[in-house]
Amino acid sequence: MQQAKTKQSQDPKERAKLNRELAQMLKGGVIMDVTTPEQAKIAEDAGACAVMALERIPADIRAAGGVSRMSDPAMIEGIQKAVSIPVMAKCRIGHFAEAQVLEAIDIDYIDESEVLSPADDVYHIDKTKFKVPFVCGARDLGEALRRIAEGASMIRTKGEPGTGDVVQAVRHLRKMNEGIARVAALGADELYEEAHRLGVPLDLVQYVHEHRRLPVVNFAAGGIATPADAALMMQLGAEGIFVGSGIFKSGNPAKRAAAIVKATTGFKDPALVAKLSENLGEAMVGINENEIQVLMAERGK
Amino acid sequence: MRIAVLALQGAFIEHEKMLASLGAECFEIRALSDLNRPFDGLVLPGGESTVQGRLLKDLGLFEPLKAKIEAGLPVLATCAGMILLSEKLSGDQTVWFGTLPCTVKRNAYGRQLASFHSEDEFKGLGRVPMTFIRAPAVQSVKPECQVLAVTRGIISAVRCENQLALAFHPELDGDPRVHRYFLGMVQKAQNGALKMAS
Repeated sequence: MQQAKTKQSQDPKERAKLNRELAQMLKGGVIMDVTTPEQAKIAEDAGACAVMALERIPADIRAAGGVSRMSDPAMIEGIQKAVSIPVMAKCRIGHFAEAQVLEAIDIDYIDESEVLSPADDVYHIDKTKFKVPFVCGARDLGEALRRIAEGASMIRTKGEPGTGDVVQAVRHLRKMNEGIARVAALGADELYEEAHRLGVPLDLVQYVHEHRRLPVVNFAAGGIATPADAALMMQLGAEGIFVGSGIFKSGNPAKRAAAIVKATTGFKDPALVAKLSENLGEAMVGINENEIQVLMAERGK
Repeated sequence: MRIAVLALQGAFIEHEKMLASLGAECFEIRALSDLNRPFDGLVLPGGESTVQGRLLKDLGLFEPLKAKIEAGLPVLATCAGMILLSEKLSGDQTVWFGTLPCTVKRNAYGRQLASFHSEDEFKGLGRVPMTFIRAPAVQSVKPECQVLAVTRGIISAVRCENQLALAFHPELDGDPRVHRYFLGMVQKAQNGALKMAS
């Protein structure tokens, strides 16, 4: 059989639906940061449902300081060739030209990410202009719905990347849950005021009110370093996990990666998580939130 | 009628909702102990086949589920599930369950930009909405495999005895006909088993 002929779907509404649906297929999985094709293979073999291709993992970005930008497309393409699972890549907040480049190399998902230096301190990318899907970080319901209104088809908590400290991811997810519970409890006639307060379109607030959830898939990200961290976030309601520095900054990446994947699936089973946590070797050292200079989660609101 | 839904990774909740709306009882398989409950049908959902396959093996679920499928347990497999069932993957040495006599190509249409929605004829059901997400394609089938749908000239749904495998996602489009078709298969298998017993 020849390579199946495809006609790219042009209807923006249908495109948005397909992009949200890809995120649905990633649910219950772990997306891992990788910097080389070899790491991408390790991640895939360990059971990653997608990889995030970037030149430096967040812990190193934080250590190096300076301006952090989109990765070299050749490096991303090397990773695309190495694995069969979806490949994501990061662009700077507001840097729609970087996003265009990533779309041009047929990336599966773009992360408009606060881990890189923001290119625009006012506006995020108008993601409705793209065919490729976007995931964006959010610290609470308002931020999540603003990103969704701009066209994001997947949300993740912002956490505090590169720290190995899960406290912010927990804070963001709890705030998100609190916001959703609040909207669900409001009367239908109170939603307009809530939409106004959050600075988001009414129809998105109505969706949350009706379905008690975001209109897109919501993952946890930032500071997740152990199987128990993954189980914690899943029990708090995350639909999947991003692991950045936690894997390749640890003593035994392949073993830790596989353990986090299994803990994300078996998050309701403490005996399993206990077994997975045994003899994993050194976890990433990590730094506490109050020891760091740059709070990446404060970028882009 | 009780349907077990493999819930290791992917879009399994969407199947549960669809089946529940049709009156079937569902439960999730996440660990070996979940297989102690009796069930009449199995759903292998969409997601990443490499993740699901690896977890199936690591969690000890692989062999017991394979034995059940070989013994005739009705299975609905979508996308990644179809990859798990097929006996041959094109350009790939990996074989998972290998119970479905056809050759499947992973990511046959390309990356996410090539994902698409379509509406095509499904044998016996008429035109049904079909969503393809980084979808696989059936490249060839053995004679015992029945082709149920063709999309853009490529086989998108097959059935072999009690295995129903789809390259697309009927759980995403709010149309219950494919799931109802599967529950019909489960019902028929149950009736057959009753007859054998009596």
